[in-house]
Amino acid sequence: MDLNLDAPHSMGTTIIGVTYNGGVVLGADSRTSTGMYVANRASDKITQLTDNVYVCRSGSAADSQVVSDYVRYFLHQHTIQLGQPATVKVSANLIRMLAYNNKNMLQTGLIVGGWDKYEGGKIYGVPLGGTVVEQPFAIGGSGSSYLYGFFDQAWKENMTKEEAEQLVVKAVSLAIARDGASGGVVRTVIINSEGVTRNFYPGDKLQLWHEELEPQNSLLDILNAAGPEPMAI
Amino acid sequence: MTFTIPIDNGDALKNAEADSQRTLYPYVTGTSIVAIKYKDGVLMASDMGGSYGSTLRYKNIERVKAIGKHSLLGASGEISDFQEILRYLDELVLNDNMWDDGNSLGPKEVHNYLTRVMYNRRNKFNPLWNTLVLGGVKNGESYLGMVSMIGVSFEDNHVATGFGNHLARPILRDEWRADLSFEDGVKLLEKCMRVLLYRDRSAINKLQIAKITEEGVTVSQPYSLKTFWEFQAFHNPTAGAQGSW
Repeated sequence: MDLNLDAPHSMGTTIIGVTYNGGVVLGADSRTSTGMYVANRASDKITQLTDNVYVCRSGSAADSQVVSDYVRYFLHQHTIQLGQPATVKVSANLIRMLAYNNKNMLQTGLIVGGWDKYEGGKIYGVPLGGTVVEQPFAIGGSGSSYLYGFFDQAWKENMTKEEAEQLVVKAVSLAIARDGASGGVVRTVIINSEGVTRNFYPGDKLQLWHEELEPQNSLLDILNAAGPEPMAI
Repeated sequence: MTFTIPIDNGDALKNAEADSQRTLYPYVTGTSIVAIKYKDGVLMASDMGGSYGSTLRYKNIERVKAIGKHSLLGASGEISDFQEILRYLDELVLNDNMWDDGNSLGPKEVHNYLTRVMYNRRNKFNPLWNTLVLGGVKNGESYLGMVSMIGVSFEDNHVATGFGNHLARPILRDEWRADLSFEDGVKLLEKCMRVLLYRDRSAINKLQIAKITEEGVTVSQPYSLKTFWEFQAFHNPTAGAQGSW
């Protein structure tokens, strides 16, 4: 079996961005793979661009890192020149500029999400090719294939912060269950007028899905557990 | 504004990868545009889908946009390239307005500009992967034209892109008339869009119809069409030959 350890690092990934009544919730899994090997099982795919704007990265790890590094650099200068925090729209457009003009070389799909005082919470999807699409919610990465139906059914407008975060965690967790390229922990970042909150949901804190079993320390614990009483007359 | 990540590929003459500045394939695509001239101007219809290969990924993309005061631009093909074309046209219209001479770009001029852009990109083997439909009215004259990604450009009374070429044009050739009213024009376009909905895999049931007249541009709200499935022949098609389709 060829593990192909020299394959480029790719974040198969599941990434999600969702708006709610007051801000946005960004979510992602934490698996980075080189071919069949999991190079990093605890990656952080939700990257900061400014105090109020973050980006979820998917596809080539290298490409998404270099794009977000450039955009962070440009936004830093832009913030100094502007004299106030950059808007989510400007951040998304800078991502678009790089994604579109280098479309032949880049293989990364990004979801930009944040909060600014003009438009509130906003999510922008930037898929391969460099299209920008403003959306009430966005999904991306290889794991997202398994979530189109889920979101068609489960998404609703004007959720609360708690509802939105629970939806994101549930969705990433479902995608991890079926996508080999997604796995590890679920990370979320909530951005609103009050600031930014990072959360961490390890695998054992998530709900079990179809054909998943409760994790045990050892078979021995199962065997040693008190058996059912034999029938007595 | 452009920013190309600095990469040293070497000499283009000696190094095959150095001229990798070409668009090879589209990613997020829009399907057909159908447009007709009618009594008062031009009507243009499109659905709101952005497909990602076979996945119907985006369902709220506006593929028909107003350009200046006198034109409508509809695009099928790669959406990112369409967005870039809108940026070019924005600059064109801005510079035109800055002359402040009371003149404004008409549909003929915009169509010509687009033709030059598309053809020159084609010559560099780096096309904008779109087929564009340009319609408008200026000084009482209606105009409707099309440009493809290889720079083929022409005008006609009715045009269609993509699947529309095969499915809508025969309907339009049969039923289009010069004195169509707004209502009849809309019905004709809806007839075409319904057929596309039945027969084009990348069509979605959410469309917009845009109208341009001397007075200006109106783009309708997104809406869906009823479809018809109650035919006797549809109920039990394999009754006479089990296992067939």
